[in-house]
Amino acid sequence: MKIPTLHIPDGFISAPVSLLFLVISGFFVFLALRGAKKQLDEKVAPLAGLAAVFIFAMQMINFPVAAGTSGHLIGGALAAILIGPWAGVLAVTVVLIVQALVFADGGLTAIGLNVFIMSVLATLGAWYLFRFFQKIFPKNRIGFLTATAIASYLSVPISALGFTFQFALGGTAAITLDKVLIAMVGVHSVIGIGEAIITVLTISAVLSVRKDLVFGASKLKVSLVR
Amino acid sequence: MGSLHKHVSEGVYQHRHNWFHELPSHIKIASVFSFVLVVVLTPGNFYQAHLSFALIVIGLLIWNQIALSAIRKRLIIEIPFVLFAFFLPIFGTDPRIDFFGLRLSEPGLWAGWNILIKATIGVMMSLILSSSTPQRELLVGLEKLKFPKLLVQIMSFMIRYTVVVTEELKRMAIARESRCFEAKGPKQWSVLARSAGALFIRSYERGERVHMAMLSRGYTGALPLTTVQFSSRRDLINGTLLPLVALSVFLIWSVILN
Repeated sequence: MKIPTLHIPDGFISAPVSLLFLVISGFFVFLALRGAKKQLDEKVAPLAGLAAVFIFAMQMINFPVAAGTSGHLIGGALAAILIGPWAGVLAVTVVLIVQALVFADGGLTAIGLNVFIMSVLATLGAWYLFRFFQKIFPKNRIGFLTATAIASYLSVPISALGFTFQFALGGTAAITLDKVLIAMVGVHSVIGIGEAIITVLTISAVLSVRKDLVFGASKLKVSLVR
Repeated sequence: MGSLHKHVSEGVYQHRHNWFHELPSHIKIASVFSFVLVVVLTPGNFYQAHLSFALIVIGLLIWNQIALSAIRKRLIIEIPFVLFAFFLPIFGTDPRIDFFGLRLSEPGLWAGWNILIKATIGVMMSLILSSSTPQRELLVGLEKLKFPKLLVQIMSFMIRYTVVVTEELKRMAIARESRCFEAKGPKQWSVLARSAGALFIRSYERGERVHMAMLSRGYTGALPLTTVQFSSRRDLINGTLLPLVALSVFLIWSVILN
């Protein structure tokens, strides 16, 4: 059994809160559009587009866990570290919009909610965590990958926290919030381990061959190649 | 991995002739979006209204001859939230009522129903939209709805290259398998991740190559129009029909129920 992606469907969160997050996410997407244009100028569209395809394809790779179950990557941290925070936000956002429009995965009215969790929290959030830990750890391959591991791990429970926040604002009152919080953050604290391992393994694979393509490694002067 | 291609192409547009299919895509997107918005706005305990919405959706599904297999696939996406909806009556807050011999939470039952019906209607409407509109038309529609141009461009790249890249992924899987690789557990993750890394490099390089090729053909960044869609006043009226019907269903039931 494959654990499917969890995109919020229509009606899970109330309409006013869904629209509120559409505005909030819209603002961050606007920032990302501006930031990415500055960073990549006219190369944005093809590169972010292919990155979006890559993330979409990446989510199709089944990573077997045990007893016939398998999980897959969420990919926010991976996108941010590989192609930069702004292009990463755009790529993840586009994946979410296409999934909602074409594959009915995630509600049309819930797009703002999903973009907030996956693009703003899991991608942009992971990037700032990554930069923070990159400054703390030594400027070598191990330090780089450790920062990657922590950022990608934390991005998952942080997204779960974000979902709980949305649920508190616009979810049903039929279940007490502490139950939702414990279940969501609990489950995602475990899922995060898989996310961290896969992200580190993938980035280290790219690092070994094409260090120049890893955006997060662009400021490192020391050779990261083994 | 054999199902990869199927998964990618399953959102396929099916050609039919009726006014809903021929509605200009921007009007259709707005129409479907506002219909779903009205459904989401309607409180769950107006269940008569939701049953009427469900009838409209079933009517649309039949009218547009949407295959049962497509409907089944979309419903599978919902499963995690269906589970959540079933947990709500069990773990929900008091008061409890007897429901087929079980002591269940009354607010939980309503909340579970609310999630199930709205999510299902949303998924079905999205299916109706994607099977009645070619993917390219969806992009043109978004552009007309004043979606940021850059975002539409990124989407068009994604839609165009999804099949190419997932086919590449499939070839890599075949290459792994022909070298006796079998993914059994986390021990094999490093091999899979290396494939993913290679896929990223190939995608990135493809992006650069495609960009160069497009520049050399005079790419300016705008989505070239191959078909021009005129939206008449009639289209506009047809487009407002769906949300208008939903709104009146909501109003009628709220008058009756009060």
